[in-house]
Amino acid sequence: MSEFSQTPGIPEAPEARIGVDEWVEQADERRARARGPLALAARGVERMPPSVRLLVFLAVASSLPFWLNEGDLFSYGLFTLLYATLALGLNVVVGFAGLLDLGYVAFYGIGAYTYALLSSDHYGIHWPAEVTIPIAMAVTALFGLGLGLTSRRLLGDYLAIVTLFFAQAFVAFTNTANPTIAGKGLTGGSNGIGNLDPLTFFGYQLTTTKQEYFFLVLVFALAATGLYFINQSRTGRAWRALREDPLAAEVMSIPVNRLKILAFMMGAATAGLCGAIFAAIEQATVSGNFTVSVLITIYAIVILGGLGSIAGVVLGAVVINVTFQFLAPQSDHPEIKRWLFYGTILLLVAMMRPWFRPLIVIAGTVAFGFATHAIVAAAAPASWTAGHAVDAGSPSRAKAIADWVIIPVGHPGFRTYTYIGLVAAIVGLRALKGWWRTVGLIPVLYLTAIVWENALAPNPAVTALILFGAMLVALMTVRPQGLLGTARVEIV
Amino acid sequence: MARLLELKGLSKAFGGLTVIDDLDLVVNEDEIVSVIGPNGAGKTTLFNLITGIYPPDAGEILLDGENLVGLPAHRITSKGVARTFQTLRLFLNMTVLENVMASQYGRTKVGFARAMLRTPGMRREEREIRARAEEKLAFFGQRLMGYRWDQPAYSLSYANRRRLEIARAMATEPRILLLDEPAAGMNPAETQELTELIGKLRTEGGYTILVIEHDMHVVEGISDRVIALDHGVKIAEGSFEEVATSEQVVEAYLGLSGTAAK
Repeated sequence: MSEFSQTPGIPEAPEARIGVDEWVEQADERRARARGPLALAARGVERMPPSVRLLVFLAVASSLPFWLNEGDLFSYGLFTLLYATLALGLNVVVGFAGLLDLGYVAFYGIGAYTYALLSSDHYGIHWPAEVTIPIAMAVTALFGLGLGLTSRRLLGDYLAIVTLFFAQAFVAFTNTANPTIAGKGLTGGSNGIGNLDPLTFFGYQLTTTKQEYFFLVLVFALAATGLYFINQSRTGRAWRALREDPLAAEVMSIPVNRLKILAFMMGAATAGLCGAIFAAIEQATVSGNFTVSVLITIYAIVILGGLGSIAGVVLGAVVINVTFQFLAPQSDHPEIKRWLFYGTILLLVAMMRPWFRPLIVIAGTVAFGFATHAIVAAAAPASWTAGHAVDAGSPSRAKAIADWVIIPVGHPGFRTYTYIGLVAAIVGLRALKGWWRTVGLIPVLYLTAIVWENALAPNPAVTALILFGAMLVALMTVRPQGLLGTARVEIV
Repeated sequence: MARLLELKGLSKAFGGLTVIDDLDLVVNEDEIVSVIGPNGAGKTTLFNLITGIYPPDAGEILLDGENLVGLPAHRITSKGVARTFQTLRLFLNMTVLENVMASQYGRTKVGFARAMLRTPGMRREEREIRARAEEKLAFFGQRLMGYRWDQPAYSLSYANRRRLEIARAMATEPRILLLDEPAAGMNPAETQELTELIGKLRTEGGYTILVIEHDMHVVEGISDRVIALDHGVKIAEGSFEEVATSEQVVEAYLGLSGTAAK
């Protein structure tokens, strides 16, 4: 028997694996030691029990109507909650079950069109919302079942492409195909369907923004609670297991295919619910509301907040929707975007260590700005410093900003070149190390201010997308798991 | 003794490579049977066939007389066949306790609707799932207890991951437990502990066990019967002494006795 003691094939490398384990074991500690306001906030939220978290959020949300006007409540309150609920549904598919579903936005649209067909003048059907909304959810769940069936065979990229086709096909169908049924175009083509009934429950009509808002608070609370409970159940565990390792999950008695389809259906029904409410609030539905750009927004919410984290998704919805609304071209508060922009930069600078480094950078940037401005004012024609800051809130503030930042009039190439220059400068800055980088940061920050005042602030719609991209790039580097997500460790 | 698992004429080929060739194998109730053989003998493929990961090309797999061929893997597990993986396939980003709770899916039945409403029945079942998970983890003494329950599985040491794989398989409440190289990567002390554990799995857990193992000390220590495979064919069967001294087995491991034994 002794000849067997040296049997070939016994793995002889436990040392290397132990090293991996130690590194991994410290992951939590490293996370706990992480400093900075983001980490602090994240830890604070983590310590709260989920029920308290929800109650705090609901309390804040319910107070909004008492200090926001009707218009602000609509764009900041109502849409944040709508996007939060919508993103919660996507989180079931992508976060819990790990299925890359790019057709999600079509379910949102199907819910909206179902409401439009059953509660409007279009076909003269005026069913109340307590009937229409469950039907919309059932219809979208059925579509979710259909699309989910493809996930039996398709994985990863393939599933993503096929579901993306579904989303595009939905837009094409509602916009272009528009089949004639009962003497009328089913989806109203590019005009969509208008004159929808307001939300009516058992004869009680929700007409004001406030009423709709409180209804959405209720819907959100129910959806968040239900999805949280399901995530804590046997079904939620099975979803997480199949996300981790589908083969092992199947062998551990979990019917993987059935659970994938269930995830698709749950997500779809949530989207259908949001779609129906959205259509009723807008009192119209057009295919343009369900395009890929909406899909990207919902994905950005889920990724920013942290895949699989309900609290994170809600936080993501707040951040993204509020930022978007401030940067909307027709925003009621155009001056706030400047505070957000400079505030974010100051916050990032303030996170530098040691403590005096941010002071040096900020003081240096201010001084550098005035010096540059003085040189340009003295040496260049007056047109180079003749401009004023846009959307500053008051003329004196616009003037004050223009006294520091160079805002030329009639030099159309300037903003293009400074923008390109800024991108190049940021790339260049990465090559510097230590104090050189700190010193180099000063002109780069001033250049950032120039680009903001000349190129970004006057074009908020484009700016929103650029900032959005920058935000995700920064997130990817700093916290790839999202604001409140849990870092996933992959080891072999 | 009653036949619990019986393979009849089982065959599997990948392309032109026959991995399991007309194999007959019986595991009786309450028995511990070891499968040995050189690398590439078809041992892990055998487990993959039994658990339904691959369909066999021919033959039958009978569990207590019922044919398992054609059933999806999760149904086979629910019928009472559980396994561990040689390469360790834990749900790494789930906690230790969750790993063992997740694999009880096939033994529980509360659906998503009751879960969303958190009905009393759901909460009761959830408590049972947790209690059963704790019971399975307690089987390993102090190794997987206490603060480790709420740690992610990736934070466990290698040997503890192997133990967790066994606990997770136990939680499916199997009748037969298939262990794929449970001692791989363990040091001698841990291997000794594992040998005792496998014995305990039978006496206290009541499981019938089919184990693939390369460590001959483990095989000798646990097996009622040893089956040696080479190229998908059974080359020897019997007690450890019989198989270990079988000329064919020595030949399979070391090459032809006349030429390679220098």
